[in-house]
This record gives sequence, C-alpha cells and structure tokens, in this order.
Amino acid sequence: MEGCTRNGMVCPKLLDLIPNEGEWVVRRDEGSIGVSEDKKLELRLGPPGEDWFIKGSSKNNGNDNDTSLLSLGCFPSSMINSNNSSNSSNNNNNNASHGSKRGFLDTVEANAEEAWVLNNGNPLSSSEKSTGTLFSSPWSSNSSPCLSPKAFQMKTQQQQHQSRPSFLQLSSIPQSMPAMPKESSQTCSTKVELQNSEQKACSPASANTAVPNSSQKRTAPAPVVGWPPIRSFRKNLASSSSSKPAPESYKVGADEVTPGKPEDCRKNLFVKINMDGVPIGRKVDLKSYGCYEKLSSAVDELFRGLLAAQRDCSASGNHNKTEEVKAITGLLDGSGEYTLVYEDNEGDRMLVGDVPWHMFVSTVKRLRVLKSSELPALHIGSTKQEKTPLDSGVR
Amino acid sequence: MTYFPEEVLEHVFDFLSSHRDRNAVSQVCKSWFRVERWSRHRVFIGNCYAISPERVIARFPRVRALTLKGKPHFADFSLVPHDWGGFVYPWIVAMAKSYPDLEELRLKRMVVSDESLELLSRSFPNFQSLVLVSCEGFSTDGLASIAANCRVLRELDLQENEVEDRRGHWLGCFPDSCTSLVSLNFACLKGEVNLGALERLVARCPNLRSLRLNRAVPLEALHKILTRAPQLVDIGIGSYVHESNSEAYVKLCNAVLNCKSVQSLSGFLEVAPCCLPAFYPICLNLTSLNLSYAPGIQGNELINLIRHCRKLQRLWILDYIGDKGLEVVASTCKELQELRVFPYDPYGGGNATVTEEGLVAISMGCPKLHSLLYFCRQMTNAALINVAKNCPNFTRFRLCILDPTKPDHVTLQPLDEGFGAIVQSCKGLRRLSLSGLLTDQVFLYIGMYAERLEMLSIAFAGESDKGMLYVLNGCKNLRKLEIRDSPFGDIALLTNVGKYETMRSLWMSSCDVTLGGCKALAKKMPRLNVEIINEKDQMMENSHDDGEKVEKMFVYRTLCGPRRDAPDFVWTL
Repeated sequence: MEGCTRNGMVCPKLLDLIPNEGEWVVRRDEGSIGVSEDKKLELRLGPPGEDWFIKGSSKNNGNDNDTSLLSLGCFPSSMINSNNSSNSSNNNNNNASHGSKRGFLDTVEANAEEAWVLNNGNPLSSSEKSTGTLFSSPWSSNSSPCLSPKAFQMKTQQQQHQSRPSFLQLSSIPQSMPAMPKESSQTCSTKVELQNSEQKACSPASANTAVPNSSQKRTAPAPVVGWPPIRSFRKNLASSSSSKPAPESYKVGADEVTPGKPEDCRKNLFVKINMDGVPIGRKVDLKSYGCYEKLSSAVDELFRGLLAAQRDCSASGNHNKTEEVKAITGLLDGSGEYTLVYEDNEGDRMLVGDVPWHMFVSTVKRLRVLKSSELPALHIGSTKQEKTPLDSGVR
Repeated sequence: MTYFPEEVLEHVFDFLSSHRDRNAVSQVCKSWFRVERWSRHRVFIGNCYAISPERVIARFPRVRALTLKGKPHFADFSLVPHDWGGFVYPWIVAMAKSYPDLEELRLKRMVVSDESLELLSRSFPNFQSLVLVSCEGFSTDGLASIAANCRVLRELDLQENEVEDRRGHWLGCFPDSCTSLVSLNFACLKGEVNLGALERLVARCPNLRSLRLNRAVPLEALHKILTRAPQLVDIGIGSYVHESNSEAYVKLCNAVLNCKSVQSLSGFLEVAPCCLPAFYPICLNLTSLNLSYAPGIQGNELINLIRHCRKLQRLWILDYIGDKGLEVVASTCKELQELRVFPYDPYGGGNATVTEEGLVAISMGCPKLHSLLYFCRQMTNAALINVAKNCPNFTRFRLCILDPTKPDHVTLQPLDEGFGAIVQSCKGLRRLSLSGLLTDQVFLYIGMYAERLEMLSIAFAGESDKGMLYVLNGCKNLRKLEIRDSPFGDIALLTNVGKYETMRSLWMSSCDVTLGGCKALAKKMPRLNVEIINEKDQMMENSHDDGEKVEKMFVYRTLCGPRRDAPDFVWTL
C-alpha cells in the first residue's frame, strides 16, 4: 500500500464504492478490454496528437503534457482495442485481467480523480501533480501490472477516511466551484469540465447537433424531431380538448388522442355542404356550433338567399328579388321541405341527428341538404343490415 | 453415466418458463439441447431480423407461442422512417407450414398487413391469442378475418396500433358460436363500431375478463355492456360524456356497483369529469388506473378519484395532476409499484405540471415503487439523490425533462450526480432513460454502477467519446443502447466492437459517427448488420465521402446477414 502514500491527498471517494477487486477482474475477463502491457506503453509514449486520439474529442487538443498524458491514460485499452480478444490472448491471464481492469479503471481514475478531488475542495493543481505521479508509477514500470489494482486498494483504504462521494454530499458541489477559476491553466481540461458546468462554456466541445452546447444558455424548447419522446397520439391532447369539458360535448370528438395525423388537432372542422338545386356549395366550420339546432339555423342562413336566387334565375331569368324569401326549416325532423343528411367516415349517407353531437362531428365528412320528397327513394345507410342509422344510434 | 430418461428431463424443463433459463439449459449437453428444443413451446425473438423464421422452425419444431419485435424503440417517436421494415408476413407464411399448433402471437412494432392477418386466421385452427402492440399496416378488414375465422379466439389485444378504419363491421364478424373471448381491447381504433354486435358479443362470452372500448362507444352503451359483463376485471372506458344526472348516468352507476371484480380501469378517451364519482365504488379494489388519455379531467376531480384508490399498484396519469396531486398519490397509494406521468401539453408554455418535488414526494410515500416514467420541466440533483435513497428498488427509471439539456435548475449543474445516485443506489436497475444537461461523468457512473442495466436511452447528453465508452466497457448486461443527438463519434463506435455481439442492438442518430466509421465496423464484425438510414440522399452508395456524418445508424447482431427486404433508404454496409 505504499503507492498511496506518495499521493497523500488524491484518493477519490468514488473508489470506495467500487466493487472489490475480484469482481472487477471477473468482469473484465470476457471483456473487450484485453490489452497487453506493451501496447499500453506504446500508447502512452505516443505523441499527443495522433489521429485516433484527437478524433471525436476536440477538447484533447494536446494542451499540455499533463493533460495529454492523463488523457492517454484514459484511453489505453479502449483506443487500441480493435481486435479485442486476440490481443489478450497474447498475455497470460494475470496480465490480461489486470490490464483489462486497468483499462476501465484508468478511465475511471483519470476522470474520477479530478472530479472527486474537486469535491474534496482540494486545489486542482496539487491534485494534478499527484495524479501525474500516480499515473506514472504504473505506467513507467513495465514489471508491475499489479500496481494498478493495488493502487486502487490503497485508495480504497484511504477513501474510507474521507467523506462519501459527492452525490451523497450535496454541499461539496458548490464548494468545488470556486476552486475552478483558479485553475485557468487547465482551462480546457476534460476532467475539470466534467465536474463543473461553468467551465463547459469554454470547452470547444463537439456540440450536440441540435442544441447549442452551453450549460449557461437555456435552450428554448425548439421543435426537435421526436422530442419529447412521446407517441404521436399523446402529442395533441391539450390543443384538441377544451378546458371546460361541458356535458353537452362542446369538446369535439375524435380528433384527439388518436394515433394521429397532425391535421386531426386543428381548431376548425370545415366540411362541405351542398344543397339540392344549388350548384355552388358552401363550407361550414362544425366546431363553431355546439348542437344540431345551431347547425340547422346556419344552414338556413347560408342557403336561404342562394336558394331564392336560384329559383328566381331558373324561373324568370331576371334578377328581381322577391320579398318572400322562405326560411329553410325542419331540416332535422323531416318536417320541412328539406332534410339534412351527411356522409360519414365510412362513406355512408346518414340522417343528421341520431347520435350525440360530439360523435356526429367526429364522423362527419360532408353535409348535404336534400329535398325531403326524395328521401324515401334514397338508400340511407349502407346496404348491410347492421349498419343502419337506427342500430348504430344510441337510443 | 446413469441413464436419465428424457421424459423426466422434459417434465423438469416444463417448469422452466424464463427464456434465459431455457437457453442456459440447452447449452449443458447435446441431450439436454435436444430435449429442450423439442419441449420449447414459447419463443421470444427480440429482433425479428436477428434470425430467420426457417431457422427458428428448424431449432424449435413445436412452438405454440411466438413473440416478435420489429422496429427499434425510437420508431415510437417518428425517428424511424415509415417503411423501414419489420414485416410479419414471411413469419406467418413459414409458420403456417410448420407450426400447425400455433396458439399465440405477440408482435411489437411490426408491420402487419391484412393479408398476414387473413393468413394467420386461416392457418392455425387452435389460434387463441393475438396481441399487437404499436404495430401498423392493417385495417379493420384484417380484424374481421381474425374475428371470423379464429374459432377459439380468447384474446384480441390491440395496444396503440395504427389501424386503418374501413367500412368493415369487424365486430359483427365474430360468429354467434364464438363464446370463448377472455380479452378484447380495441381502444386504439378510431372509427365506429357496431354497438349492437358488441353488446351481443359481450353477452355470449361469459369468460370475458378484459374489455377495452374505443371512443366510439358512448356512455349510453357502456351501462348495457357492464350489465352484461359484471365479471369484468379490466375495463377500458370509451367515451364518457353526458350530463351527470341523465338517465344513462344513473343506470351506469348501478351497473358499476355490480362490477365487483374490477381491478383495472383505463380509457376515458373523452370525459365529462363531474361523472367520475360513478366509479368511486370500484376504486377501492383498483390496482391499475390509466387516465393518461383523459385530458378533460380537472385536477381536483382526478385527485378525488385517486383518494379512493388505496390499493393502486399502477398509475398512469397526465402531468396536470401537479405536485399537489402527486402528494395525494404518495399518501394514498402505498402499494404503488409503477408510475407514469405523461405531459399534457408538451409544446406549450408549461402551465401546471409536475416538478422534482412531486417526484420526491412519491419516492417518500411509495416505497414499493420500482418502475417510473416521469415527464417534467425541471429537476435537481438533490431531488434525484433523495429519490435514490428512498427507493432503492427501481428496475426501470425513465426521466424526461422536456427541455433536452436543462441543468439542475437550482445549482445550474449538470444532472450527473443525480443520475449517478440513482444507478448507484438501485442495484437492480434494468432500464434507464436520461435527460437534462449531462456530461461524460454520468456515463462514468453508469458504467461503474449499473451492472444490471439492459437498456439505456440517451439524448442530447455527453461531451466526448469517453461517455459512450464508459457505458460500453462497463455495463456488462447491456442489451439495447439507443443514442440520439450526442457527441459520440467513430472512436466511441469502434473501440469496443466486440460488445455489440453481446447486445441486441445499437441505435445512433444525429451523432458524430461517420460513414467511414460505420464501414469499418461492418468490416470488422461480419455478424452485425450495420444499417445506415439516410432519407435525404437515397443514393448513398454513390457518395464516397467517408467523412460524412451518418444521419441514423442501426446496428444489430444477426445470424442471417443483411436483410433482403430493406427499402432504398436503408443501406446495409
């Protein structure tokens, strides 16, 4: 446990939570991080500017040797692990397991140390030195692959004297922050930034594609595809329902909550309405009426003039408007000259008025005003027995 | 070696229901392999492209129940183009020839055509159970053939599918002789149903336990149905709109009083909340309540309803319940195991929603909570740490902060510590979804602590390749990893390629992975399918720029090589 004494203060609290050594070794056995000692050394000695190192992580642009060394320490096995198991097969079991363990743990170490040291409130600079020392020992001695695991054990022991990890220790987080500005020499150190969001602003991080990457900016909820992660039929619940669910079903029906196309949630529902004898149709917004009576009176308003004009034109060919423009009444009960029917979403022609208003609105596709005299001659409803308006009604 | 009769082995294996146990058992020796394969009746295939139907049939000749999953999970959020794949038809064709005894089929995120349903209904005389979750491609005509031809159908369960509603009268296609229905769920259908046929069907199926109606079934019809089926255990209300003192409402109240077995309530696709008290009598026994489709209920009504539900184990609601409402849940529902809080107005300004306080209240009041899906607009590390301490039993933890990169709103720190506490405390965590401002640190924690983690969803998180590597190197049980809009590139992708063969799939979209990286992966790992989905430029083969970033990549292990039904915009490297 000598190694740790060299490095008096750097004992990441995190590590006492690391499962015991054996478990780690076992975990790494089948793992992909089987790397020989030699390769690790190669890596470490490589110049801090190699492609594989730089790519994808713009922060590590060889700031200073310490950083690059530490960063190298992060990547050892991972970087060269292209032929995972074949590499480890070259080593004896010990080597592979320790090596593999080190691979992951080194990653842990490099980052956790800085992070955790910050929580200790220790100034970064001193931790860096000691970290450098810590790293150099296993790295430099070819013959001690075991040092790393031992180092962790040592740290573990020391750990126990220290306070618990930061996420169990809220106060440590703000404490670390003031320490940060002092470490301007390490402005773009990856480890520093890990713990301190304020530093992130200066990091040339590879930004998230959709969001300008700065913790200090609050990104407005821009419409991002597939965000928030909810299914399409949950997206429009608010816009398609009224805030006051009145029993009379002002809440218009089936637009809501169905696995929907966007147009289902629009605030208007315009449907065509044609009248027998009038060549030009109209459009009505069903959502502006709450009940059949209002619809009926709207139809009257829309077509009364047109109908009269039509009659005049056909009758006398002149534009004399007579004073007696008859109101169109009795549309719903069959008592008038005209009757209102509609075509539903299944293509059937139905008599208006059988079903509750909200249900009608949800299934209507177009309206038609027919002459009542022609009604018996028409097929109302489909030919199949089950689907007559009376059956499907809710009497 | 002592002779151990295979019949005994088979009998013992009958007690093994878990797929993993059976898989393990089949690897012991050849004889066990043989016995196991002949006795396996239920097969689960998590990725329909991982293996071909012929091979499944060759290995397991006597399958009676099959579960198939198709599209990647992000297809739920419109990230996967419509025709990507996942067709069930070839499976049904193959099974029609070889599995005459097929009884159950369960499909998730697959494309199911009417032809498939027709073939299914005609090929398996003993077919009993069809469960379709998040599927598409079929219409009510397909349902009609199922209704008409499956003589012993017990379960028809349609969950959140996209179904084209035609003129069919599929409910009427159940023959009069059909009396075997136990479960019928058509809540996701948009169109009208024949109410008379529905009533008659319900009346002649005495074993009906679960009935979930769609919005076209009005309240007036509901009381008739409930009267005919007082034995129902699970009810999904369709439309619940009327005046509170109408005759229909009174009749409904009486009908509800008669339904003494109801444990699960859902639906309320349209609702007039002053009528909710009709259900108070059954609230006492409710274990499952899903009001997440019911936007019209006011907060107070909802809370009053929940006050009656002391035995609730599963609760799905909308976030207008607010933190106060969650406090009521916490004090009332001590048995709560699963909670999902969906956003009522995700694109809106954020009126009444839930915050971290509600979550903390739940964690304090509901110690049995193990599954969470929580949409909110703000979160803090302190709250997450608190939750982690109170509820160490989480198996599923999904947090979605609507603003994708929002930090802790009090300290402005990333949420690394909070999520770190969750993974460290919840040793049984199997599924995790992250959101908020997150650095590589959170992935370090996940890699270190989340030993049982099987599925991880990442969006707008991380800073460098290290983040992804921590996870790939650390989570030994990881099966599904899905990442979007995060700065992970080729290094992260290529460093631990062996890992992908231990996983079901990897999804990366809008990340920094390049075409060259994907090609390298495909070359190194021939037993993976590396699919590039590029909708914008379908002639991707002609673009030789390996440095170009890939829009969407889906990698999965497979025994079948590149699939032959991939559309133009999918390029398997």
